[in-house]
Amino acid sequence: MSNHLDSSPLSIHDMTVAYQRRPVLWDIDYSAPSGKLIAIVGPNGAGKSTLIKAVLQLIPAASGDVVFFGKPYREQAGRIGYVPQRTSVDWDFPIDALGVVAMGLYRKIGWFRPVTKKYRLQALAALERVGLAEFASRQISQLSGGQQQRVFLARALVQDADLYLMDEPFAGVDAATERAIVDLLRELRAAGKTALVVHHDLQTVAEYFDEVLLLNMRLIASGPVEQVFTTENLRRTYGGKLALLDQVGYRMSHK
Amino acid sequence: MFTEFFKRLSVWEGIDTWIAVTGALAAMACALPGTWLLLRRQSLLGDALSHAVLPGIVLAYLGVSWMEEIGWLAAPATGSGAARVAEGMSLVARRQLALFAGAALSGVFAAVLSEVIQRWGRVERSAALGVVFTSMFALGLLLIRLFADRAHLDPGCVLYGNLEATAFNRLGDTTIPQAVIVNGGMLLVNALLTLLFFKELRLSTFDPDLAAAQGMRPSLISVALMSVTAATVVAAFESVGAILVIAMLIIPAATARLLSDRLSTILFLGIVVAAVGSVLGHVMAITLPAMICSRLGMPQVEDASTAGMMTVAACGCFLLAVFLSPRHGMARAWYERWRLKLRIVREDLLGGLFRREEAASSQPHAANRQATVGDPVRLSWFQRLGRQSLIRQGLIDSGSHGDSLTESGTAAAQDLVRSHRLWESYMARHFALPDARLHDTAEKVEHFLGPELQAEIAAELDQPTMDPHGKVIPTPPERL
Repeated sequence: MSNHLDSSPLSIHDMTVAYQRRPVLWDIDYSAPSGKLIAIVGPNGAGKSTLIKAVLQLIPAASGDVVFFGKPYREQAGRIGYVPQRTSVDWDFPIDALGVVAMGLYRKIGWFRPVTKKYRLQALAALERVGLAEFASRQISQLSGGQQQRVFLARALVQDADLYLMDEPFAGVDAATERAIVDLLRELRAAGKTALVVHHDLQTVAEYFDEVLLLNMRLIASGPVEQVFTTENLRRTYGGKLALLDQVGYRMSHK
Repeated sequence: MFTEFFKRLSVWEGIDTWIAVTGALAAMACALPGTWLLLRRQSLLGDALSHAVLPGIVLAYLGVSWMEEIGWLAAPATGSGAARVAEGMSLVARRQLALFAGAALSGVFAAVLSEVIQRWGRVERSAALGVVFTSMFALGLLLIRLFADRAHLDPGCVLYGNLEATAFNRLGDTTIPQAVIVNGGMLLVNALLTLLFFKELRLSTFDPDLAAAQGMRPSLISVALMSVTAATVVAAFESVGAILVIAMLIIPAATARLLSDRLSTILFLGIVVAAVGSVLGHVMAITLPAMICSRLGMPQVEDASTAGMMTVAACGCFLLAVFLSPRHGMARAWYERWRLKLRIVREDLLGGLFRREEAASSQPHAANRQATVGDPVRLSWFQRLGRQSLIRQGLIDSGSHGDSLTESGTAAAQDLVRSHRLWESYMARHFALPDARLHDTAEKVEHFLGPELQAEIAAELDQPTMDPHGKVIPTPPERL
């Protein structure tokens, strides 16, 4: 544990994650620098979402440990904002945009207590930051994909977290939303927050992010974009999975 | 017919009120967990639970009577007055608690078992549920058969319930049926739980991942919901049976979902629909069958199963909602489509007249050839309807030489033709299409452009004045 830095928003030590004994992430060792925008990049099936879900304990890690700002997740949950993939929820659910954003405050509000006006105002302010104030009372099923994504971002913003974990916020959004998300990320960075963002579009990595984490079932490389985001590293990330890892994984799940 | 209806209804007695109240309370208690299941897209799970709880009920029932036999629990005593009511209460409470526990346990067991089967049997969720709940129901029936002499449970009653009989099963000396206390209590419990855990249920239903990230334990909430559903189902079971319970879980919730987009309103409306459906169901049960059957020459038929009629009534409410729902209703969709069709027909008539007048002014001889455009005789009934409305609104004058555009009619027509010709120009710029095809798409698009898109296209094409066929793109007077 000595190599965990207390100042790091997220420090992963030797974490392995498996689905039914088949490892999908091997021995991840990573410490996120504070106050940076960090892209998590890798091919499909590389375990990008799995990494986020595992550090948030949404799926169990087979081994290893994870600390946030030097403490386990349970003690720091209030300082961590999570933006799941937009497609992970049912957008036909009967609720308006403001209601979804207010969900980010449920933890703060606490059990048994209703969402009072004070919290609704906070949620409205968050919607305003993503440019959707006028859509507050719109049913979420009637928002466009980009607007839905921004509602999700507002829900994380309202928590006023110090570390944000975002799963593909740029997936399938319009240009205006992409712009809005980028501005927001920079705003967060200016306020000293850290964001880890699963990102698909290699073209924009250098433009949008400070740091990059290259992932393909294992950590390929991590660090400042200009040092790590190289052709050689990308080739290692995207040049097919390590066949041996796959084979061993298969054996582990079928023995 | 109405007099016959009211005559038949006049036999309504105190017991009828209790039957209706019992059914209504059972349905209202079911509506709350039913709504949550519906929103979780797990309605089938409610269905499965209503069957899977049977072995738990039988075992709990056997357990209680066994304990009474060997003296661990006091057997029902005979007393009188207030003491007997209190005694009755505690007996009901004890038995119901045992049944609730048994049902909740076997309900959760069924939910867990189906998860396990889904994972290890590599089958999809609904198939796993199908395997579990039918097997558990069969096991329950088998247990009833095996211990028939001990458990006074009737398989028929399990399936269909016996609302009429439970209304006579009173609490001590009072006229209040035990089932009213049980189902009413369940309704209270469910309402209280929904109020207390509204936020938590909502978040864990909408986004279980975020709920977990916030430390809410959605799996625990899920198990709790299963248990409460199982207990609710058991409370309603005795009165209405396993099959009607499914209807009560799903139909009011589905109806309410159609009527509103607000979760709290949906929960409330679900309860209202459940109550209305139940009371209506009993009214129908004692009136309709006799009215129908006496006409068919079967005067001996007096009434039908109230539970069955309650389902019919609830289903009626659902169909009404499907038809009339403000946002998702068929009536509204039809109306909107009809209005759109009428608008298109009207605009096509205006456009036709405009082109005819345009052609007449440039080459007078061609006018006769095109005179058929506005000829009322050649119009379909729907076009005639459109023409009538245009005349009524003063957009068309119907003179002896055929229809002509009024001043406001000309402006409206210019607007439409402008859309048409702008679109043709736009298409000609971006697509390599033959001229005839340009016209066809413009004929469809012209009705949907509106001023903003017109302006956008005109700006992109540098304010064109001629379309690709060399015709003038008109500008309506108010926009000059």
